[in-house]
Amino acid sequence: MDLNYSQDESAFRDEVRGWIKQNLPQDLREKIANYDELGREDLLRWHKILAKKGWVAPAWPKEFGGTDWNVVQRYIFEEECGFAGTPPLIPFGLSMCGPVILRFGTPEQKKRFLPGIYNGDVFWCQGYSEPGSGSDLASLKTKAERQGDHYIVNGQKIWTTLGHIADWIFCLVRTDSSLSKRQEGISFLLIDMKTPGITVRPLILMDGGHEVNEVFFDNVKVPAENLIFEEGKGWTVAKYLLGHERMNTGRIGASKRELAKLKEFAGKQTGDDGKPLIQDSRFRDRLTRVEVELMALEITNLRFLDQMRRSGQPPGADVSMLKIKGTEIQQALTELSMQAVGPMAQPFKSVANDPDFDEFTAGLAPRYCNFRKTTIYAGSNEIQRNIISKMTLGL
Amino acid sequence: MNFDYNEEQQLLADSVRRYLAKDYAFEARKKIVASKEGWSPAVWAQLTEMGLMGLPFSPDHGGFGGGAVDLMGVMEAAGDALLVEPYLATVGLGAQFVARAGSDAQKKTILTAVVEGKLKMAFAHTEKGARYNLAKVDATAKKAGAGWEINGQKFVVLGAPSADTFVVSAKTDKGLSLFMVKKEFAKVKAYVTLDEQRAGDVTFAKAQGELLGTEGGALPVIEEIMDFATALICAEAVGAMKFACDTTLEYLKTRKQFGVTIGTFQALQHRMVDMYVSYEQAKSMACLAASKADSPVDAKDRSRAISAAKIKIADNCRHVSQEAIQLHGGMGMTDEMKVSHTFKRLTMIAQQFGDAEHHLARFAALS
Repeated sequence: MDLNYSQDESAFRDEVRGWIKQNLPQDLREKIANYDELGREDLLRWHKILAKKGWVAPAWPKEFGGTDWNVVQRYIFEEECGFAGTPPLIPFGLSMCGPVILRFGTPEQKKRFLPGIYNGDVFWCQGYSEPGSGSDLASLKTKAERQGDHYIVNGQKIWTTLGHIADWIFCLVRTDSSLSKRQEGISFLLIDMKTPGITVRPLILMDGGHEVNEVFFDNVKVPAENLIFEEGKGWTVAKYLLGHERMNTGRIGASKRELAKLKEFAGKQTGDDGKPLIQDSRFRDRLTRVEVELMALEITNLRFLDQMRRSGQPPGADVSMLKIKGTEIQQALTELSMQAVGPMAQPFKSVANDPDFDEFTAGLAPRYCNFRKTTIYAGSNEIQRNIISKMTLGL
Repeated sequence: MNFDYNEEQQLLADSVRRYLAKDYAFEARKKIVASKEGWSPAVWAQLTEMGLMGLPFSPDHGGFGGGAVDLMGVMEAAGDALLVEPYLATVGLGAQFVARAGSDAQKKTILTAVVEGKLKMAFAHTEKGARYNLAKVDATAKKAGAGWEINGQKFVVLGAPSADTFVVSAKTDKGLSLFMVKKEFAKVKAYVTLDEQRAGDVTFAKAQGELLGTEGGALPVIEEIMDFATALICAEAVGAMKFACDTTLEYLKTRKQFGVTIGTFQALQHRMVDMYVSYEQAKSMACLAASKADSPVDAKDRSRAISAAKIKIADNCRHVSQEAIQLHGGMGMTDEMKVSHTFKRLTMIAQQFGDAEHHLARFAALS
């Protein structure tokens, strides 16, 4: 048993760390550090820097630009990005639509869509959830009717992250409602967001941010060649993605960075007794418990990777455990950060755009609000528990 | 990076597990617990035969030169079986002092006897009011002829009733020091602990002892060995948690209410999932503890990791054990179910060698 990275793994980590340090633009680094909202250009700029280096889609096959890294290297890369505070790689193209096309797409579809995803020329979003279909995805109702060489799509998607800046959307649609098994009759369809009949309506979250949208489809004409895999086999495609998770489900690198940041600024806050807040034992114990939780998660994640590397098997329900613990830690960190500033958590935004308004401190409480989403999105933590219960425990 | 036991470690862990499953099943263990001595010479002989007494000691004294990681699988098996033999007291504590601080002559005499299963030991350290503060010792020692004379009272000395030789902490003019005292000079008030082990309060009155290690230099040695022993009970906790999880899962799959097995209820499924998550997190921290316990190079780094592990283990001992009882319903409350005994051991491990709060303070002080 040896919990340390091997010499090769350490060298790889140093290489990645050094390269990010050299290549992450300073203004992007600062935006992340200040929790600023990132726009399309910010996100794609980092995407393109990685694409040029050949590191943007490590898990893809080599011939399509993959890196041939093993699971540990992929984990190291993603956690180093999180630790350094790079803009996130938006998963919809690189980690979702791309892998689906690689697995199920025709040669023409691969040729048509993959380069745009890889190079960051085309921005994708995901059309899964609907107003009546959240955790119960298979109940989705958005209809696609075949008419000649087109589908006519009608219905509504919701929680469409970054739909307002996306060029294309991949959707689960119902192509046959006559079947008794709901999972049958669903198809996987790629739709150009510029097609007439599509309306995007913002859903502003409680922190004031615009991340998610509602997308309405009103007689949207989609060429049949945009169907992925067979008609009615969309559920098979969607399930394939479940086993194709990214390596950084636990977001350990990012949480380490947030923890270090929190320790630093909690050291600058004063407690009621006038001493640094970090010396207040009640606050410090809560902080330590989160730190220990994060250590345990990191080792657990490494244990799973070690098993995966040995067995060559996909991670399965272990990913659900990482998601549960990782999101709980992220939430605990935002909560402690907000709490660390005490009454100063209340100012939210300046009425007259005062230049000396403390934007960073004012951002802590909204960030706490925003992070409540983490235990809800990407399969709520309750759904993750259902998955472990069924797959691992056999209940 | 590698989390597997090597082949030897795995073989040993498997054979200990097999042996305990066969000869130390719940009913057999019950008889041992109820016996006058509270431990079994036959089991002790068998553990010796399997090489467990010599596992962490030098081949110079008949041992195998292993460390905490080698003991981890053994301790997991011990936790699963709820072993009550004075193994931790002897191999994890008493003899460790000799191995790490003793003279060549002391090592030769003591360790050889321990490895052969002929000598049981105990570490007499905790005093009334000291709680988890390792430095707080009022017992005294002064030179008397060629040896030393020790006076003081020690509490909750694990394995005291069966110990042949005690390692005792006491203060001399030069500070905190360690001594070896034979059982004939110790007065033991024996009792059974909640988790069915044997311990006792020990009085040393003008007890003859010999110095172990450097006079006045005991504290770092005590800290090092308490860290080592903490890593061992972390592994033991993992074995006990695994049993608690497995047996509870089995219960959910068989117990019927309202015409269905209770494992079909989502309210219980999610609690069961959280128990397994707790177990996995605890296991990770036990791996960390075991791998750090063997590195005396950087004491601060070691102690910080051990404290982190003990915080998590203590919290998760409580979580897993409490949930195991709750999900068993009334049956979990009964003495006849093994899970209630596992509950008691996990309850005690949570506060043995420092509870979560103690280690939270220590972790922060070392950060």
